[in-house]
Amino acid sequence: MPDQNAPTTTGLTTESATLAGELFGDGVGTQAGPPAVPAAGTGTAGQAAPGAHSHGGSTPTGSPAERFTSTDPDAFGVPTGREETWRFTPMKRIRPLLDGAPSDAHLTWTTDLPEGVELTSVEAGDPLLKGLPEPVDRLAALARQRCGGAAVVRVAKEAQPDRPVTLGLAGTGSDDVVWGHLVIEVGAFAQATIVLDHSGLAKYAGGVSVLVGDGAQVKLVSVQDWAPGAVHGGQYDAVVGRDATFTQVVVTLGGDLVRLVSNVQYAGPGGTAELFGVYFSDETQHQEHRLWVDHAVPNCTSNVLYKGALQGEGARTVWIGDVRIRPAATGTETYELNRNLVLTDGARADSVPNLEIETGEIVGAGHASATGRFDDEQLFYLCSRGIDAETARRLVVRGFFADVVQRIGLDALQDRLMASIDERLGALPALDDQPVEVA
Amino acid sequence: MSVLEIRDLHVSVGEGDDAKEILRGVDLTVRSGETHAIMGPNGSGKSTLAYSIAGHPKYTITGGSVTLDGEDVLEMSVDERARAGLFLAMQYPVEVPGVSVSNFLRTAATAIKGEAPKLRTWVKDVKTEMSGLEMDPAFAERNVNEGFSGGEKKRHEILQMRLLKPAIAILDETDSGLDVDALRVVSEGVNKSREDSDVGVLLITHYTRILKYIKPDFVHVFVAGKVVDEGGPELAAKLEDEGYAAYVKGAPEVASA
Ligand SMILES: Nc1ncnc2c1ncn2[C@@H]1O[C@H](COP(=O)(O)OP(=O)(O)O)[C@@H](O)[C@H]1O
Ligand SMILES: [Mg+2]
Repeated sequence: MPDQNAPTTTGLTTESATLAGELFGDGVGTQAGPPAVPAAGTGTAGQAAPGAHSHGGSTPTGSPAERFTSTDPDAFGVPTGREETWRFTPMKRIRPLLDGAPSDAHLTWTTDLPEGVELTSVEAGDPLLKGLPEPVDRLAALARQRCGGAAVVRVAKEAQPDRPVTLGLAGTGSDDVVWGHLVIEVGAFAQATIVLDHSGLAKYAGGVSVLVGDGAQVKLVSVQDWAPGAVHGGQYDAVVGRDATFTQVVVTLGGDLVRLVSNVQYAGPGGTAELFGVYFSDETQHQEHRLWVDHAVPNCTSNVLYKGALQGEGARTVWIGDVRIRPAATGTETYELNRNLVLTDGARADSVPNLEIETGEIVGAGHASATGRFDDEQLFYLCSRGIDAETARRLVVRGFFADVVQRIGLDALQDRLMASIDERLGALPALDDQPVEVA
Repeated sequence: MSVLEIRDLHVSVGEGDDAKEILRGVDLTVRSGETHAIMGPNGSGKSTLAYSIAGHPKYTITGGSVTLDGEDVLEMSVDERARAGLFLAMQYPVEVPGVSVSNFLRTAATAIKGEAPKLRTWVKDVKTEMSGLEMDPAFAERNVNEGFSGGEKKRHEILQMRLLKPAIAILDETDSGLDVDALRVVSEGVNKSREDSDVGVLLITHYTRILKYIKPDFVHVFVAGKVVDEGGPELAAKLEDEGYAAYVKGAPEVASA
């Protein structure tokens, strides 16, 4: 019977109380220096104390190096796994997506396009593609180059489609890499939800570029419900227009390896970006989510909430949350939070929040990161109402996921995802033999 | 007819060298139908007593006994205690993200009753109790205690007491942080349970204010981890006039709290 408070072999911080918000102490702090090179002590949750950190906006942290971007895959070289951006990734398993062998393999598309929405494609070299944010790593550059062109979802300006745009993207089991690029262009003042629903078996390198028009409200839901063995890497970019709101909900459940890089930039003042994510890593699954929010214009807001759970030997998650507030970005308000729930021994969660502040004139900036076991206070509360420890744990874990899944706002999809999570929790042996009476 | 008996209870918090004795020999008996007020200054150990009876893992029992109808409560797990008939309305109810109030209440009721309550009567019961506590029905779809105001949290605690119908209810500072309106509503909820059931109530409070609404049969003055004086409702009136000063003199470490 594993002691809930015993350190795991990975040296994770497993104090059960670390998920309790009120118990956050100062921990992971602000680092000066390039965002890609966290200071010592922030590399993994194992070394960094769980912490919450708020910045009143008075102490800029200096000017970090610019992030390198290019449309040329070779400009990045071939990663060895020692690079900062690749050091967490299992290189052997992602290798096909970095080798770049050309292929004609495709995913099977099932689309539901409401009125006011069109799906077309553009050739490589189209002016639309030239204006997009550039790839930040070799994988993303290869995806863009090899797929030659892009699929384009267009939501007309001021359109308010009566239902979500749904793109079911299913792997066919081909061993060849599928290279893909999707551009989502939402006109000014439109309101739309776009669901990317990934399933099946594939090796998929897919970029997604979202252009959010001025005043538009866009929600992008990306579900990674891949079959076992699938490998998925990709760069998601959002360019948020003036006074626009972009909400992204990433749900990563399946696949062998998923590595998503989500970047946000603002095209005008007054923009809001909400980045939600939930992931559930089982035995041997690697799930990596890297975020980069670049505040370069005034009065924009970003809010990041990613929650993950891990169970089983070799379950592995990585969350990197970089937020940069440039000198021009006065009036910025940003908060990012990552919580990881380690359900069994032998799993490892890395969590690296990183905030770069280059102006003192902001509304607020904070980040928090916590990795641990169950919250004993929550379990006690439920048990004190007669609910047995096993059921209480299930409720807490289920609630942990539901907290983020609820943000999708689509009942049928939420129910499907929660059912899939329930099923996997049902196979959780350690739930049965962890006592609630722990100090 | 139930009886909760607490005998010479000693409780400490912290481990090893950091261990600190909080309860220093508490004796108390609560029977069905009785209402006992426990009054004491901040830091005197009132919540420690409540949590120890409920079985919070943070507290270590170092001596004494707690029994419910002769059964050893200290041997029971937290959920067994609740199923045996104990209920604790917490001073600081805990947020449980992603778990809706309605799901939580139904799961709890199922656990306490040993079977799922019939859906139709259950929904009606919940609605009735919520309206009695002047709670908006939309409340049921919110996540447990998440973003609740202080008053909403306390109403939610009393809602649970109404629905779970315990034999002995411990109310830990249910009155603190409530405005007069909310205090009245919450007190009426407690009084309703006293009328329509045989519940024994252990009402923990710092102020005498709530005792105007919920009349205790017995008042116990709690200082520095034990009961230092006992009496009837007249003792509350005395505390109202004189405060805890007379009792606290001998316990300087609490005087500042
Ligand atoms: N985890 C803890 N570690 C150390 N001291 C604690 C802990 N919890 C409570 N205490 C101390 O125990 C004493 C009694 O606390 P409590 O039972 O909450 O008092 P009350 O409810 O009467 O205000 C206080 O001095 C408090 O600081
Ligand atoms: Mg207290």
